[in-house]
Amino acid sequence: MADPVIDTDGLAKRYGHTDALVDLTLRVEPGEIFGFLGPNGAGKTTAVKLLLGLARATGGSGTVLGAPLGDRAARHEIGYLPELFRYQPWLNAREVVELHARLRSVHGGDRGRAGGGAAHDPIAALDTVGLADRAGDAVGDFSKGMQQRLGLAVALLGAPRLVILDEPTSALDPVGRANVRSIVRGAAEAGSTIFLNSHLLTEVERVCDRVAIVDHGRVLASGRMDDLLGEPQVRLRITDLAAADVAELRRFGRLAVGEDGWLTITGIDSERIPDVVAAVVGAGGRVHAVDPARSTLEDLFMRLVGNAGAGAGSDSDSGSGSGSGGVVA
Amino acid sequence: MSGIRVIARLTLAEAARRRILWVLLVLTLLSVALTTWGIERLVALGRLEGDVTEVEIQVAVSQVLILVAFMFSFVLAMTAAFLGAPSIAADLESGVAHAMLARPIRRSDLVVGRWLGLVTIVVTYAALSGLLEIAAVRYVSGYAPPQPWLSVVFLAAQAVVLLTFAMLLSTRLPAIASGAICVVVFGLAWMAGVFAGVGRFFDAGPLVTVAEASRWLLPSDGLWRGTVFALEPPIVIAGLEGFGGPAASAHPFYAATPPPTEFLVWSAAWVVLVLALTSVSLSRRDL
Repeated sequence: MADPVIDTDGLAKRYGHTDALVDLTLRVEPGEIFGFLGPNGAGKTTAVKLLLGLARATGGSGTVLGAPLGDRAARHEIGYLPELFRYQPWLNAREVVELHARLRSVHGGDRGRAGGGAAHDPIAALDTVGLADRAGDAVGDFSKGMQQRLGLAVALLGAPRLVILDEPTSALDPVGRANVRSIVRGAAEAGSTIFLNSHLLTEVERVCDRVAIVDHGRVLASGRMDDLLGEPQVRLRITDLAAADVAELRRFGRLAVGEDGWLTITGIDSERIPDVVAAVVGAGGRVHAVDPARSTLEDLFMRLVGNAGAGAGSDSDSGSGSGSGGVVA
Repeated sequence: MSGIRVIARLTLAEAARRRILWVLLVLTLLSVALTTWGIERLVALGRLEGDVTEVEIQVAVSQVLILVAFMFSFVLAMTAAFLGAPSIAADLESGVAHAMLARPIRRSDLVVGRWLGLVTIVVTYAALSGLLEIAAVRYVSGYAPPQPWLSVVFLAAQAVVLLTFAMLLSTRLPAIASGAICVVVFGLAWMAGVFAGVGRFFDAGPLVTVAEASRWLLPSDGLWRGTVFALEPPIVIAGLEGFGGPAASAHPFYAATPPPTEFLVWSAAWVVLVLALTSVSLSRRDL
């Protein structure tokens, strides 16, 4: 097995009398998109700062790209989008990207990986985030969303081995968020490991391979998305279907009929959902709604973190919770 | 390219882009024009008076030139304080520093790069304004101070001291607080020079000790005395030594001797030490 990109053991950070992070133990493998999920104030940004050496741990240990936390040589291979994304307002977008290219090349020259040609071109980097036509405009005139996209271009510059994104879509509209998800997947396919820090559940659920849920500075759960989310489900609202035909649907998974008239099939392969619909229609039934029931990360999160003031959002404006992907007849 | 060089270039580019350089240039030309015009008028009036000798005119011009130098010294001190105070703090407060310091540069690169960029600005400003003023005064009055280059060096050194001090504060305090503290401490150091002179005249040991210690803690006033000495004609030194004696040393616009060598060595070491302390202060800070 390849060496982990991030490996921490009991990492802790204490500010005065406040524990910002307690016993952070996690391992992020090469090439994966790792979601670091938690409510506001959970310690996510503190963890990122420790990984980058922007703050010093008060306990535990860790490595990033095989080097101690904050190692300069390792930082050559890390791209970072801060939560508070601010860049010199008096520079234009192209100059900001060029500045970070120069800062990146300070240590160890330019050792970008394959495919880095486009990744080192400032205009290509800006084009990736849809800002190529604003390359000559002053950053101070940019909206927050544009500044965040600029930050993403800066983070992905040079195709770094590790990209740390701290709340990368906090200032973006639903279209922008979808674009960022696509960009993140593209970076991962190109070989980067992505550490995605977010409190937006659906964002993490849609893009991440593995997640850790953190609150009050502690990791409450971590693992592969499939393991954490449990078995997939589909919920259907059906009428005009005979009881015998309903029972026939057991071949797709475990069947339960709710008092609200919704029918739930648990353990179904999501690829077979169209077959369920075809079976119902073929038997003379009418399908009013199909809900792939993808809210289990939210369920898990709320169960772990609790309802009161959790602060985590399900970014409903981008289509979320049980309605995600749902089809209403 | 080294991290220091990248940051120094960025600092200079920021000063140019934010019109700081242009503002300083225009203000310098304006100041030199106005003060030179004033001196030319004084000289013309003096020469119209039949009983004022040329030597007296030259002495008067030398004293006005020292006052003008003090104005430039004050402006330079303010410029240094208000360039140095936000140099680190503003980037930390805005978050600009986080993205840069996640790159493979040392925090000391940020400190030294910023310092080099800002030192270039204040030293250029000091040299330009100082030499232009001296040349203009010479043109309208015929008076040339004995050591014009040295006076500018001391003027610039004083600004560098204050700039470095402001940057140290900037690593731990907000920009406004750093600037305000720097200005107050500059004033106190200047007053310490006056108190040290008065204390020596009255032989007040503790006052002299405290005042001298203050001058060594922030060597700006000692360097200012170097500017004064370099601008004084020998006749003024001889005259004040003859009439004022020790009391003259309390005068903030008079210096009987150049700053001692050990003070100059200390001033250079002070800048290096404070710059190193600034780097350590930023390096040990959680961002």
